[in-house]
Amino acid sequence: MIQVENLTKQYGPLVAVRDVSFTVSTGEILGFLGPNGAGKTTTMKVLTCFMPPTAGRVTIDGMDVFEKSLEVRRRIGYLPEANPLYPEMNVQEYLTFIAGIRGVAKAKLGDRLDAVAAVCGLKEMMRREIGELSKGFRQRVGLAQAMIHEPDILILDEPTSGLDPNQIVEIRNLIRRLGEEKTVILSTHILPEVQATCDRVLIINRGRLVADGTPHELTTQFHGDEQIQLEVRGTTGDLLKSALATVPGIVWLEVADGKDVTARITAERGSDLREPISRCIVDQGWTILELHRERTSLEQVFRQLTSTEEGADA
Amino acid sequence: MRNAWLLCQKELRSYFNSPVAYIVLTVFLLTTGFFFTSSLFLYDQATMRTLFSLVPVIFLFFVPAITMRLLAEEKRSGSIEVLVTLPTRDWEIIVGKFLAAWGLVIVAVLLTLFYVLSLSMIGDLDGGETFAGYLGLVLLGGAYAAIGTWSSSLTRNQIVAFIISMAIIAALYMVDDLLPILPMSLAPVLQFLSTSYHYENISRGVIDTRDLIYYASLIFLMLYLAHHALASRKWK
Repeated sequence: MIQVENLTKQYGPLVAVRDVSFTVSTGEILGFLGPNGAGKTTTMKVLTCFMPPTAGRVTIDGMDVFEKSLEVRRRIGYLPEANPLYPEMNVQEYLTFIAGIRGVAKAKLGDRLDAVAAVCGLKEMMRREIGELSKGFRQRVGLAQAMIHEPDILILDEPTSGLDPNQIVEIRNLIRRLGEEKTVILSTHILPEVQATCDRVLIINRGRLVADGTPHELTTQFHGDEQIQLEVRGTTGDLLKSALATVPGIVWLEVADGKDVTARITAERGSDLREPISRCIVDQGWTILELHRERTSLEQVFRQLTSTEEGADA
Repeated sequence: MRNAWLLCQKELRSYFNSPVAYIVLTVFLLTTGFFFTSSLFLYDQATMRTLFSLVPVIFLFFVPAITMRLLAEEKRSGSIEVLVTLPTRDWEIIVGKFLAAWGLVIVAVLLTLFYVLSLSMIGDLDGGETFAGYLGLVLLGGAYAAIGTWSSSLTRNQIVAFIISMAIIAALYMVDDLLPILPMSLAPVLQFLSTSYHYENISRGVIDTRDLIYYASLIFLMLYLAHHALASRKWK
């Protein structure tokens, strides 16, 4: 279990992280979300014992990250943001070196190398020099490095950056699999990634924690206006407009003529107008080709939270 | 200590995996070989003394070239972040890197044993003097490698690291040359600080514990400072 209490980190006059508190329980996949420069990487650097907090306390399994630093570091696997590697080494040499310092027993080393090579898709690359690898493969080497010692906790700073869409899906599946037993903290500014992989989301903006909850909680808590997408056959835009005018609760209506008429309807918050709208259209004898309510996405929540904060600060 | 050894092996492998080691060793052997043989037949004496007075000057460029990347490159690429978040102590990192650089210096010095071998075949070489000279070189190389390790810990730019270590090495080597222009009372202090004074003592064949302690404490001080620089990220 990871406990962060009132974490503050200052670089000179710049406050990178302000009074952030959260806990992560074992087996949870936590997504750290925020615009660039929000303080995600700084928080991770404190969690991984790279540098101490200016104020506050971080404990992992009850051990302070600075008093029991070595013990804490043994339990963590860390993939830093830039994924720095040694280009002159080959993959096997590099992973063997990391495993050595990680204290992986000699007898287990071969098994571990095979295992991480298999899950990270590095089997054919083990003898290649790291400097020759593509960015995607280097990212996999970074991931392999982070889990060579089977850590209880994985801290991954933007694990899917530089990967192609297929690889992103693979890595996400891998993270989800790992998250069944291990605690995973990953940071990203790619929102679908969080929705696809994380049990819980923290949104951080300008060094402050602005939201904490499951993706579902956040989207219901911070929902915006209801949006309904509609496509109707057998009418014209003007006719549709006047027909929909009878439905109460519509805030804004936009229609576009074409072979079929499409409309974009903005309704009052928290209302569900699908039923009255469909009844109104069917009553007119027209055909509904599409009627679709757009759910508030995490993206909208994110934009709402990170832009209002900026407004408040300014 | 096990981690320091693992790091040292990794560094040595990096030297020999990249062209660095081969280039510096070749240049080192070419320059020493050239100056050594060109004067050898002039003196017509079977002695290694010319080599022993030559190598400290070559070390001025050679050792900083070896040590400049040790920490500066890790800082530039960011791999220092992976390194210090591994379960290893900061001093193990410093010691491992220093040992690797010293090891490469020692390899270079040992390669000049070919000269010793060829000389001993054609003339009568003083074994004691030669041994003392080599001991002096190894110790001097150690002190320089430690200076280079510290310089490399101060910056993320290898060129800056190279220049800083060269400046410190030159200053410490030549500090006793300032004697004529400074008050006499400072003489023992400057002499004691000078690497060349202690080096010459040892090369003469007088192995005095004071000279050994001097080198040991210089190495220790430099590594302590390097450790301090590495740990500076932990300042709140």
